[in-house]
Amino acid sequence: MKELVVLSGKGGTGKTSLVAAFAALAERKVLADCDVDAADLHLILSPRTLQVQEFQGRRRARIVSDLCAGCGACAEHCRFGAIALDGPGNGAIAKTYRVDPLACEGCGVCGYVCPTHAVAFGLGRDGEWYISETRHGPMVHARLDPGGENSGKLVTLVRERARELAKERDLDLLVVDGSPGIGCPVIASVAGTDLVLGLAEPTLSSQHDLERLAALTAHFRTPMVVCLNRADLNSEVASAIERWCATRGIRVVGRIPYDPVFNQALVQRKSVVEIGDGPAARAVREVWEETRAALAATR
Amino acid sequence: MRIVFASGKGGTGKTILATNLASVLADLDYAVTYLDCDVEAPNGHIFLKPVITSREAVTIAVPEVDEVRCTRCGRCGDFCPSHAIVCLGNAVLTFPELCHGCGGCSLVCPEKAIREIPRAIGELARGAAGPIQFVEGRLQIGQPMSPPVIRAVKRHLPLTGIAILDAPPGTACPMVETVRDADFVLLVTEPTVFGLHDLTLAVEVIRKVGVPFGVALNRVGSGDDGVQRYCAHADIPVLLQIAEDRRIAEIYSRGELAARHFPGFDRSMTDLFGRLRGAVRS
Repeated sequence: MKELVVLSGKGGTGKTSLVAAFAALAERKVLADCDVDAADLHLILSPRTLQVQEFQGRRRARIVSDLCAGCGACAEHCRFGAIALDGPGNGAIAKTYRVDPLACEGCGVCGYVCPTHAVAFGLGRDGEWYISETRHGPMVHARLDPGGENSGKLVTLVRERARELAKERDLDLLVVDGSPGIGCPVIASVAGTDLVLGLAEPTLSSQHDLERLAALTAHFRTPMVVCLNRADLNSEVASAIERWCATRGIRVVGRIPYDPVFNQALVQRKSVVEIGDGPAARAVREVWEETRAALAATR
Repeated sequence: MRIVFASGKGGTGKTILATNLASVLADLDYAVTYLDCDVEAPNGHIFLKPVITSREAVTIAVPEVDEVRCTRCGRCGDFCPSHAIVCLGNAVLTFPELCHGCGGCSLVCPEKAIREIPRAIGELARGAAGPIQFVEGRLQIGQPMSPPVIRAVKRHLPLTGIAILDAPPGTACPMVETVRDADFVLLVTEPTVFGLHDLTLAVEVIRKVGVPFGVALNRVGSGDDGVQRYCAHADIPVLLQIAEDRRIAEIYSRGELAARHFPGFDRSMTDLFGRLRGAVRS
């Protein structure tokens, strides 16, 4: 089985629109949406959910206000600024310490230093993940709860489940929609994959972020190809990106024109190759063929 | 006044708005600090072109074990929730890249055999773009954790004047770290099902954080009217609408400020500021 991950560094370059088109074009594949904190692929693929599972990312601290003596040792030792004197009073003291669940990393230091054993720990729900059926085949996706942590862990879980699903159904391709950036969720989606497709647009911002993405894929020794979206927006920057790719031995697998048809497809909740065969759709088909060839050539 | 430009979906125009607002307000003689908290993909420097006057490493504290003092009791490993320190028989192993820097291992060590040493995970750059104070965090390639770098940027929030923070996209911990303690969060989105869906997620997060917020809608006319209908229905103020125009994208592509090159954009920014100020006061 081969695995392709679509990434970009910079957000909003068109990853999900491209993956949705690949979903329509590729055969015998499983789809995975690993942009778990802003997952959008399901909006085009309108999945029928077969299975829902809860995701527990990490434990969190909670101060039992009745037991808090207000000494402040917890707040003093917390490295994440997660504890403040703004909890309810308890008869003995007017205000108790309180943990901000959004900032807590669940390390346990507060519980260790608390002289009155007022800190309790519990695993909380951090999101959900789903196995679904779409018109273009099976899909594994997820939803990180708002402000949720451990998105990397959820990404790894989605990828693992998608691989298992491919094996179960005897499918030989996994197409993954990734997150913007180069941090935890992206690292979790790059590690051990066969090929990264870096989707860039010819803007100085996108070029800058693509270079950071390329450094990340090089760091993990993951092969990468590049596709230019809205390629005619700025021909100078487009050529600069292509030249830069050439010096790094990174293949450019295609150029998709700036075209309102992508948003028109979105309005209909379809991918660009499903609503017509204009220049953008033809370019996307070509990108898929080139990417497929590049993927087949990976070891 | 601390204003954060955030969004659920990436590429909706956070940096365009943040850098242009900074520039327009500086022209009006406000004391402005721009803080790039999108440390995985920091792009503000491309538009503001600052002169960087100081660079320093952003570090987190990771354990270093004194092998002589250590009795291999294993309490450090039992404590560490990240499995960044493990006691295996006669050896204590550390995995600094897994360490979140909580300091628990050195705290629980009965022999005081663990000290914390700094480990670089990013860089903090400071300087000025004309009258604009500039602060940027940059996550080192291969490092997973951006929140400590964002916290390092936010330690340079000015005490007075206007702070404009450019947030990372998404709704996970890096975004939360940036919007905490904001006076106002402007959620930038676009009129598509993606823009709408990720806006609703971002709204959920911001409501949980409990800071005032409104919406800026970019590329109006390029999609549908779902975002406007949602905002009207959910009673969320739309503070700014920018019409779809390829020329703005072209100016952006060159790393230039639309307020200098696109007629009316500067006016949109001053109008936006007026509404932001009104919203913060109320």
